[in-house]
Amino acid sequence: MQLVIGGVSIGCIYALVALGFVLIYKATEVVNFAQGELMMLGAFLAYTFIFILGWNYWIGAAAAIVCMFFAGNLVDRVFLRPVLGQPQFSIIMVTIGFGYMARSGATMVPGWGAETYAISTPFSSEGIQLVPESMGSLVISETDISVIVATIILCIVLYAFFTHTRLGVAMQASSQNQLAAYYMGIPVKSVFSMIWGISAAVAAAAGILLAPTTLIDANMGFIGLKAFPAAVLGGFGSIPGAVVGGLIIGIIETLAGFYLPPGFKNVAAYVVLLIVLVVRPQGLFGQKTGKRV
Amino acid sequence: MRFLFKTDYNQDIRIAKHSGYYWSYGVLLLLVLAAPLLLDSYYIGQMTQLYIVAIAGLGLMLLAGYTGLVSLGHAAFFGIGAYTEAVLTGAGLQLPFMEEPLVFSFVVAMPLAAIFAGIAGVVIGIPVLRLTGIYLAIATFAFAIVIEEVMSRWESVTNGYTGLLVDSIYIGDIDFSSGEPFYFLCLGLLILVILFSINLLRSPTGRAMMAIRDSEISAQSMGVNLARVKTTAFGISAGITGLAGALFAHKLGFLSPESFTVLQSLEFLVLVVVGGIGSIHGAIFGAMFVLALPQALAIAKDYVPPEIGEMPGIEPFIFGLILVLVIIFEPYGIYGRWLKVKHYFQMFPIYKKATFKRQKAYMKSERLK
Repeated sequence: MQLVIGGVSIGCIYALVALGFVLIYKATEVVNFAQGELMMLGAFLAYTFIFILGWNYWIGAAAAIVCMFFAGNLVDRVFLRPVLGQPQFSIIMVTIGFGYMARSGATMVPGWGAETYAISTPFSSEGIQLVPESMGSLVISETDISVIVATIILCIVLYAFFTHTRLGVAMQASSQNQLAAYYMGIPVKSVFSMIWGISAAVAAAAGILLAPTTLIDANMGFIGLKAFPAAVLGGFGSIPGAVVGGLIIGIIETLAGFYLPPGFKNVAAYVVLLIVLVVRPQGLFGQKTGKRV
Repeated sequence: MRFLFKTDYNQDIRIAKHSGYYWSYGVLLLLVLAAPLLLDSYYIGQMTQLYIVAIAGLGLMLLAGYTGLVSLGHAAFFGIGAYTEAVLTGAGLQLPFMEEPLVFSFVVAMPLAAIFAGIAGVVIGIPVLRLTGIYLAIATFAFAIVIEEVMSRWESVTNGYTGLLVDSIYIGDIDFSSGEPFYFLCLGLLILVILFSINLLRSPTGRAMMAIRDSEISAQSMGVNLARVKTTAFGISAGITGLAGALFAHKLGFLSPESFTVLQSLEFLVLVVVGGIGSIHGAIFGAMFVLALPQALAIAKDYVPPEIGEMPGIEPFIFGLILVLVIIFEPYGIYGRWLKVKHYFQMFPIYKKATFKRQKAYMKSERLK
């Protein structure tokens, strides 16, 4: 049980990053290989605001998320819009190229550099006893709680946004059929940019939440790659699927790290991914589809 | 400007389109053959490396450029080839019914390494190739990570992160694992692989591959067996990359899993894209780019202010920047630019920019309905 809690906590991070993937993929059919790098940039921004500028934790975190929203917008405008309509392959390569640039760019920014940093948070890492002493020990740290609660809140906010606002509905429309959405007067291109912004903001939130657990450095973006198994497991393009997939991957990984020989922890997620692709490529929540000519 | 009048089909599928090909490629061949006489050993080493990377690039080019399948895991096949070669020529193969382990000569081991990598490609390919587009990329990516972990954990064979020494290879008394003999070995294999690719691409299989790249549905309607052609392409591509891996093992002389990471896979992809996707020349140009860039940057460092030149991350940053710029402004890479320059001089003075204008592209949905 203790392991499962740890797994859920790390799984929430995967879920948030996977959520970013899925948002972008569902709306724009672009697979963003730089999602982890967006997360890394978000974490570094938060570090800058909170430590270098000495702001309050909450203000700093919020500022980082807002900044990443605009950064995501910018990424879409600068890198993605010129290759709109090119084959998938080119678009993937553009995001990979952007990932390279972000990763090495972060080490060049004065004050960031190639070292690792920690953000101190208002949450302590001390455990809280969940069940009475007599039923055994079940401890959860405040950091873990913060991650789980933040994920739940973000999911609710996103859900409300997509169903109850004009922009959210426009995004749903353009993800279903871009041409039809365009004919209905939805500015599809700017909607895409907004999606990128939201996705980058979610990634930044994930980065800030992850910071106390793994520390911040320029290579933390590689954690973002673990979100692929999560997204695929949930069915690429399904938002609840991404969250559930993230949780499952997190739990499996923690359990594998405990029960299986060393080495399995790193690959467990990918082994699951390969099995899912072979057995049920559409994922848990995906729809079975056929292609229309 | 030369006008070609084709009078029969054989002329259409000939490797040399006209007599000029014999001249230009003949001169090129003479130059690379004479290179050991002209250049000193450092540059020979670099050119050997270039040939190895070019072979690996060709392997990926057949897959990404001609079949339209993106693999993010080619470093895995590269690594499988390298380790197979190192084990077969070094410790040898221990079979249960034999007293002595079976050690192969590299003449046998290299094809075996290529075949083994090819089999690995087919094994991973069969389940995965039912998937399209992005799923394939992700699956190969996952496969590469699993293989990397296997290489570092299977210590009885690969020696893990301690690394595995690769023995030198001999025919008679000639040491084939360094210097000029190795240069000619790599050159010969590169030429063989190029000829193989050209011949493959004008065969029915190659044409089916290109048909799949251009449109899976129309290829299927024309009677192309999608799964079989895709698996074949995947196997061939993995095999060629494995062969490059086998050469790479001797080039390095020392293997460790760090040489076969995801970053290496990405570098192969960058090679294919920057060189010029969908052309055999592109693989060679791309290999030149990937090898020359770090050197060019090292030279350029002396000319820029030290604050910029000494920054730690500048090299991958420029790598990424060039990748993005190439995709946005020159989708057919270095080879595409070369074609334009050539065309400009052929058509002089009536070159029109519109000749190579890209059609207005719309977002094509690959989504299944």
